[in-house]
Amino acid sequence: MTDILNVQNLHKTFEAGTPNENHVLKGIDLQMNEGDFISIIGGNGAGKSTFLNSIAGSFSVDRGQIVLEDKNITELPANQRAKYISRVFQDTRMGTASRLTIEENLSVAMKRGQKRGLSRGIKAKDRDFFKQELKKLQLGLENRLSMDVGLLSGGQRQALTLLMATIVTPKVLLLDEHTAALDPKTSEMVTALTDQLVYEKGISTLMITHNMQHAIEQGNRLIMLHEGNIVVDVRGEEKQNLTVMELVNLFQTKSGADLSDDSLILG
Amino acid sequence: MDLILSSISQGLLWSILAMGVYLTYRILDVADLTVEGSFPLGAAVASAMIVADVPAWVATIAAFLAGGLAGLITGFLHAKLNIPALLAGIVTMTGLYSINLRILGQANLTLLNSTTLINQIQGFGVDKTMAVLILGLIAILLVIVCLHLFFSTEIGMAVRATGDNLEMSEANGINIQFTKILGFMLGNGLISLSGALLAQNNGYADVNMGIGAIVIGLASVIIGETFFSNLTFARRLITLVIGSIIYRLLILGALEVNFNPQDLKLVSAVLLAIALALPTVRQRWNYKQMKRKNNRSEVQ
Repeated sequence: MTDILNVQNLHKTFEAGTPNENHVLKGIDLQMNEGDFISIIGGNGAGKSTFLNSIAGSFSVDRGQIVLEDKNITELPANQRAKYISRVFQDTRMGTASRLTIEENLSVAMKRGQKRGLSRGIKAKDRDFFKQELKKLQLGLENRLSMDVGLLSGGQRQALTLLMATIVTPKVLLLDEHTAALDPKTSEMVTALTDQLVYEKGISTLMITHNMQHAIEQGNRLIMLHEGNIVVDVRGEEKQNLTVMELVNLFQTKSGADLSDDSLILG
Repeated sequence: MDLILSSISQGLLWSILAMGVYLTYRILDVADLTVEGSFPLGAAVASAMIVADVPAWVATIAAFLAGGLAGLITGFLHAKLNIPALLAGIVTMTGLYSINLRILGQANLTLLNSTTLINQIQGFGVDKTMAVLILGLIAILLVIVCLHLFFSTEIGMAVRATGDNLEMSEANGINIQFTKILGFMLGNGLISLSGALLAQNNGYADVNMGIGAIVIGLASVIIGETFFSNLTFARRLITLVIGSIIYRLLILGALEVNFNPQDLKLVSAVLLAIALALPTVRQRWNYKQMKRKNNRSEVQ
């Protein structure tokens, strides 16, 4: 199998040289196979979000490199990486433009990684395609194409954001606790939708989650971050056979710390 | 009646300024002070060219382009060099004052002996107010159609997405520096166009005519939004026209009740403050009404 993403010795320090200096990523290495669906867990401040943000290009890293297939993207700005990498955020407001309509949001997403020109943003055949894709969400949004996204609920927006992130198949999909801000029922809906969209297209996915159960059930590989490093990396059967308690114990032995963060178990 | 009609016709020309302000203030979500420089810039460029016997329509288009250049500078300072939008606008506005003086060659340039667009329309046998009305309607129609078409294109939608949500735009591969600069250019182009048309209406260009332009633009935008909410883009632009006309009529009203013309800027500022505060005041009032109603039903 080939590597889709290869991260080598990634370091990132925020506010270097000040009293607030914070060395978040301390030499992360990760080889991701094509089609891998990796769930990422770890306590607060472990560097999970920073890790995903550095892959997405939200900021430059201090050391190390990020190679996507054969292309070194370490120095590429975020909007150019978007050609290969799409993402869904925790904050349901971050993934969509609220003053644009559903179809306008989708059409912006359709052009991810392509040159935007002066041709009409939404053509008749786009509308048919959007309707067909929106049906997958089973939220009835296919009948509300020209509704402002600002009027949708958090769960509806998050489902739409997922669709936008996958409507043009990305090489890598980044999910940063994308169900954490939702109520339990909506969270299950978005989780099921995530599995559906990811497996349908075989998208290589990195997903941060606070939900241990999701971390075990979803995906084929699980990594645990602690203090800016990967401390656990299990896959396949070994991962599927894990229980939540075993995972918690694993975390405690690996990190040498008591698990004081209840949300890690209960969330 | 004549005065009212004249206020309406001037409101039409000012509404193009309001559309320019709207682009930066609402679409890009920044308050752009370049207005105070790009408005007289348009007047200066058009007037200087008309005086030099360039056809008035060419001069007017040149004014639009000059405004776009001014917007390019502010956009570059803001998007590429990360200067806060407010400060970037002040920098450009200040620099433009000298440039405008250079273009005019003096503080005030008259168009009395030259042929403006308004003179040309008057040539068809209508009086000045009617000519301004016709010019305003044609200009507004052109601008609204062009803006509507532009903001339905792929690039146009990217510009709107940028003003709405920077993270989402970047995550979808939009070059937000480019779209921001484009927004500034378009907005200031329209503002200069408005300056060019108003200079031809007034019969002169003055280097100080930009003072308070941002207030007029914002007031028109807010008045339009206060009266009509939740509209599609093209309809929203039409409300800006209505907002501009209402603003002109309010100013006319102030003059009619014998306000000193010197105090007009103060009147403008107060009008803007009221327009800006209105949504909050209305919300509080509605809340109090609701409370009172609920209390009453509890007593019963």
